[in-house]
Amino acid sequence: MVIKLENLTKIFQPGDAPAVDNLTLEVDEGDTCVLVGPSGCGKTTTMKMVNRLIEPTDGKIYVENEDVSKKNPIQLRLNIGYVIQEIGLFPHMSIAENIATVPRELRWPKQKIQERVDELLSMVGLDPELFRNRRPSDLSGGQRQRIGVARALSADPPLMLMDEPFGALDPITRSYLQNEFLRIQEKIKKTIIFVTHDIDEAIKMGTKIAIMREGKLVQYATPDELLSAPADEFVVNLIGGNYSIKRLHLIRVEEILKEPFTVSPEDSLDEAKEVMEKSQLELVLAVNGEKHLEGLVTPSSLRKEGERVGDVMDTPDLTVDSGATLNDALSVMLTNGEGYALVVGDENRLQGVVTLNAIMEALQDNEK
Amino acid sequence: MRNKWVKRSIYIAILLAIFVGYPWYNIANPADATVARGLMPENVIKYGQDHLVLWGAAILVATAIGVAAGILISRPQFRFVAPVVVNIANIGQTVPSIGVLAIFMGLLGMGFSTAVFALIVYGILPILRNTYAGMITISPGIIEASRGMGMTPYSILRRIELPLALPVITAGIRTSSVMIVGAATLATFIAAGGLGAIIVTGLSVMRDQLFYTGAVMAASLAILLDYILWIIEEEAQA
Ligand SMILES: Nc1ncnc2c1ncn2[C@@H]1O[C@H](COP(=O)(O)OP(=O)(O)O)[C@@H](O)[C@H]1O
Ligand SMILES: [Mg+2]
Repeated sequence: MVIKLENLTKIFQPGDAPAVDNLTLEVDEGDTCVLVGPSGCGKTTTMKMVNRLIEPTDGKIYVENEDVSKKNPIQLRLNIGYVIQEIGLFPHMSIAENIATVPRELRWPKQKIQERVDELLSMVGLDPELFRNRRPSDLSGGQRQRIGVARALSADPPLMLMDEPFGALDPITRSYLQNEFLRIQEKIKKTIIFVTHDIDEAIKMGTKIAIMREGKLVQYATPDELLSAPADEFVVNLIGGNYSIKRLHLIRVEEILKEPFTVSPEDSLDEAKEVMEKSQLELVLAVNGEKHLEGLVTPSSLRKEGERVGDVMDTPDLTVDSGATLNDALSVMLTNGEGYALVVGDENRLQGVVTLNAIMEALQDNEK
Repeated sequence: MRNKWVKRSIYIAILLAIFVGYPWYNIANPADATVARGLMPENVIKYGQDHLVLWGAAILVATAIGVAAGILISRPQFRFVAPVVVNIANIGQTVPSIGVLAIFMGLLGMGFSTAVFALIVYGILPILRNTYAGMITISPGIIEASRGMGMTPYSILRRIELPLALPVITAGIRTSSVMIVGAATLATFIAAGGLGAIIVTGLSVMRDQLFYTGAVMAASLAILLDYILWIIEEEAQA
């Protein structure tokens, strides 16, 4: 789904400065285009012109080479997922009914709607049995936001519009949901227009970033290009210096994973000691046959009484999920005062270890 | 769940017992021949029926018109007339019910249909005002989300706006219902019957027992109907 904005302009009141000013932009299939800029710079207005909640004063929008102004707005919107900041969940409907909003408008058969609702709940990490019949008011902010995303995905639209979808969440929940969304996006590969005022979020979520100021496009580039070649002083200030730290948002832990030293909980302590000697980190992980992470073995756990690894191993904390960025991994390390973080995927499957050294190396490579 | 219905049935039974039992007792024990004449069973039943019919016709039509008009003036393209309409409604509300009745008698003459007409006009106002208030207080984010997802204006009204405004709308209907039961006691002044007839007779022949009977019947009917509407409201939201 390719989206083209051509000389798009919006003037709300004649005589006012344009909210969006002669904006030209092209979003490629499968890209996440993040509109970022200070509050009031016209991001939301731009986005709402795409699904015709706002009509442009001038200029054109093409979705898949079709002029949206010539399309029926209802049909257009049914094919575009829409997530807004205050989420806009319907308080009088159950979670299932909320998610089913668009399929119901499309008159899907009941059975198909139910299956789709359950599928989406699982996709956003909520147990259908537990959540289907709850009301939005029974959910935490993070859970509600997931429902907002699930609802927007319900009819599998090729294009998604997301207006500060994680804006109202605390930093930890936000980072978690961002990672989760990146993981989902990897599977579903939607074309996304994503609005935020947070440059870190833009760098993390975007494959392309459009920096806006007073309705105008200042720079349109990949996150990497943006960090290495900011167009002007305004962009530099928006990024806020400290480029190495920003890059932490850009690189994912998957890219710098190290193969961990592993044993099975059934192994004897002597076997574990042998493995430990090979490990520079003095860190050995206990995993079962399916690579599910079971425990953590350190030199101090090997000094404990016991026969098998399973008797002495510690509970593994310090985990991040596989979609996490270096920033997430570093923050886990700093919080716990350790030089490593464990990366786990679906069903707690161990994927590897990220070390402080590896992070520093990655940043240096990236600078070059 | 069952407990709820037991409680509701008991409450309704008590109100019904007052509505039926109090006149029954007075009919059986009239203080004198004048009271006995005022409380002829067939007349009491007739007046009670009149009252119910007046109420039923008025509340049904008032609800239909009030809700429709309230929705209409809450639409963006008509919202500019809303302050005018709501103000007229508020001023209309300050006209005493007897005044409303007098105006319509002047226009339409005496009789049952005039009374119904006056009660309808009287009853529309709270419903219209509440419907409008219920519609405009829905969070704009919710409406925008539904528009953005591609719901049609009709779907938004049916599935989002009306259900969300329902508690406020039903509060208006219940206010109107109580007002109509009260105002319907005046229908007797334009020869439209109702429980007011017993009260007025009681006053004119100076028999407490008569006008207490009429007053208690009207009051318990108002509470009973209000309670039934409340149950309908609760069930509609469940
Ligand atoms: N419906 C509207 N009517 C008039 N002005 C508006 C409207 N919506 C937005 N604006 C103005 O347009 C400008 C851009 O707003 P917006 O797109 O919401 O900014 P952002 O999402 O980047 O914070 C602001 O100056 C805002 O006040
Ligand atoms: Mg905005």
